[in-house]
Amino acid sequence: MLRRRAFPAWIPTALVAIFVYLAVVYAKSSDLITTYWYQVIQLAALTAVSALGLNLIYGFNGQFSLGHVGFYAIGAYGSALITKDFLTKWSGNEVGSLSWIIAGQAGILVALLLAGALRVGSVWKRARAYLETGLKRHEALVLAALVGVILLAAVVALSAIATWVLEKGLVVILQNTVLKLPEALAQNVIFLLALVNGGTVAALVAYLVGLPLLRLGSDYFGIATLGFAIMVYTALQNSDTVIATMKGARGMVAIPRWTTWPWVYGGLVVCLVIMRNLIYSSHGRAVTSVREDEIAAKTMGIDVAQLKTLAFSVGGFFAGVAGGLYAHLYGFLHPSSFNVIRGFDPLIIIVFGGLGSMTGTLVASVMFALVIEGLRVVLPQGFEDWRFVIYPIILLLVMLLRQQGLLGTSEWGWLRPPLSPERDIPVPARAPRSRIAAEAEEA
Amino acid sequence: MAEVNPIMANPSVADGDPGERILDIRNLTKLFGGLRAVSNFDLTVPSGGLYGLIGPNGAGKTTVFNMVTGVYAPTEGSMLFAGQELSGLAPHTITQIGIARTFQNIRLFQNLTVLDNVRIAYHTHAGYNLLEAISRLGRFTRRDRQLTERAQDFLAVFGLQNRQLEIARNLPYGEQRRLEIARALATEPSLLLLDEPAAGMNPSETEQLMELIHFVRGEFKLTILLIEHQMRVVMGICEWITVMDFGQVIARGTPHDIQNDRKVQEAYLGTRTGKRLRFDAS
Repeated sequence: MLRRRAFPAWIPTALVAIFVYLAVVYAKSSDLITTYWYQVIQLAALTAVSALGLNLIYGFNGQFSLGHVGFYAIGAYGSALITKDFLTKWSGNEVGSLSWIIAGQAGILVALLLAGALRVGSVWKRARAYLETGLKRHEALVLAALVGVILLAAVVALSAIATWVLEKGLVVILQNTVLKLPEALAQNVIFLLALVNGGTVAALVAYLVGLPLLRLGSDYFGIATLGFAIMVYTALQNSDTVIATMKGARGMVAIPRWTTWPWVYGGLVVCLVIMRNLIYSSHGRAVTSVREDEIAAKTMGIDVAQLKTLAFSVGGFFAGVAGGLYAHLYGFLHPSSFNVIRGFDPLIIIVFGGLGSMTGTLVASVMFALVIEGLRVVLPQGFEDWRFVIYPIILLLVMLLRQQGLLGTSEWGWLRPPLSPERDIPVPARAPRSRIAAEAEEA
Repeated sequence: MAEVNPIMANPSVADGDPGERILDIRNLTKLFGGLRAVSNFDLTVPSGGLYGLIGPNGAGKTTVFNMVTGVYAPTEGSMLFAGQELSGLAPHTITQIGIARTFQNIRLFQNLTVLDNVRIAYHTHAGYNLLEAISRLGRFTRRDRQLTERAQDFLAVFGLQNRQLEIARNLPYGEQRRLEIARALATEPSLLLLDEPAAGMNPSETEQLMELIHFVRGEFKLTILLIEHQMRVVMGICEWITVMDFGQVIARGTPHDIQNDRKVQEAYLGTRTGKRLRFDAS
């Protein structure tokens, strides 16, 4: 039967989490580690945030995505635009890009809601069916298309107006609140807003990309998301033609280097708590059921399309937040950091750590950073490139000897599934007992 | 539980007024390219009945189930469930309005626990939203505990209470079948479709299953429509039977009528043989 745990599982986990945090703080302040290693540790932690997102999409929801690096890039550039603006006023004032990014997201949401409320799709279909009764088929099609285009144009126009008005208002609000704060505090608030918006922009893009793509089966979805990642990469290389300050293929410079260990660690903890609470809720169980058997999930009354979109958006949010942390770690962004090959990093991490294991993702992220960067130090001078011989051999060995990854689907401490509390499970008194139930009780 | 509905007590009322029919299929046709998998199929299932759908392999029985549950869209025809048209509805909507099913080849959530298999079926009744789930605030704690307890009650009814934290794929075959039925019932259906529930079972497991189906029907006030190959099961528990062959209905009636129907015998054994089918309705 179920056993009640001796004490709540979160206590040892919280102690370990605090210990890890303080250990890094201490190591840095007492010069046990160099700035280089301090950055490697931060890189490992922020990579874990992104990899957790992909584990939600692929490990828990079963959707094989190769486009994760795209969301990572969107989060990085999105948040960098906001913070760079705060320092350099490239858009004309300190909060111009922040207000445009928030208002833009709101505008897209307004457009989606309006399109839903006006039932653009069904109006178009109905108009076509009505017109076909009196007109020739192609005439009806053209007229109905016209109706559809007018409706869509109305939606776009309304949301554009909403965006414009909101942007004007936001600038005034932000100028009178955030910018009135003391310099150091204002900077932190702007950074937080930048990270969150990097995440939400990535989530919104994931939602929009997911709507058509998530209908595809697993392998096809993988290829389609790969296409998305390449599109983002190409767009970034040519980004200077739209927003000059992004500098395109030359790389975006002068991004404030605000990422510190507390920021990265805080981001990791928040994302981990969100993920863990989501997984061990009814929604999370439904997300996992989609991975297990889509048809069975549908017959359980689960809206599979909706849950796939949910997992994909939340996963995209995590990648966006991680991207924002990355952008402010080195203060420099280049499209080549977001090419397709780099896009495999989180995939390698989650498969290596175990698909469907949050603990595995955390462990594998740290190991990944240590192997790639650690070997650079361990190997003799001139042999650094042998890292990329040793590291793939490790991957090959792990996959040959342990296909389920380091941890399989097992978890540790607070990340383990909460057992239901011990209780007697009576056959409900109102129910005449089935013989099977009685037999099982005796056994 | 409410008092016994007279119709449920007398489920052989096959052609009452529409209110008593839970499922009313008219003229249902499904084409796969040039193949008529199901052709002008009619079926009226009385509320509270235990109804059997039989026929040789490839007769189109599972295709009918797949159309009723929204997996396939019918080429033609209508399917009314308690007066509501089913064709055009998404599979999850059909489950939500009260039709549950099991599968010929068991489709459990293999790598999840027995308890989670049933809890997933409760998802639409969870009663808390995503924000409450992530923040663990509001209704989450209470509702999630209630949900777990209800799932555990269900497992107890099916004799699976000692298995709740085992991984579903590790259960013996007979228990997997039971779990699948338990999971289907947890969606709170009023019509349960069972697709060959006794497939691959040994005689004693089959015996248990028949008893369980009877028990479930009475206990949850259900209408059950089942596809089955084992004549022992069909003749033993069904009150009304429809026989299909090559996508068409060839006979309907009580088990007794069906056993003596010439067309049915021909469908199962071919035309030349004069031998009677061995229906042992024990």
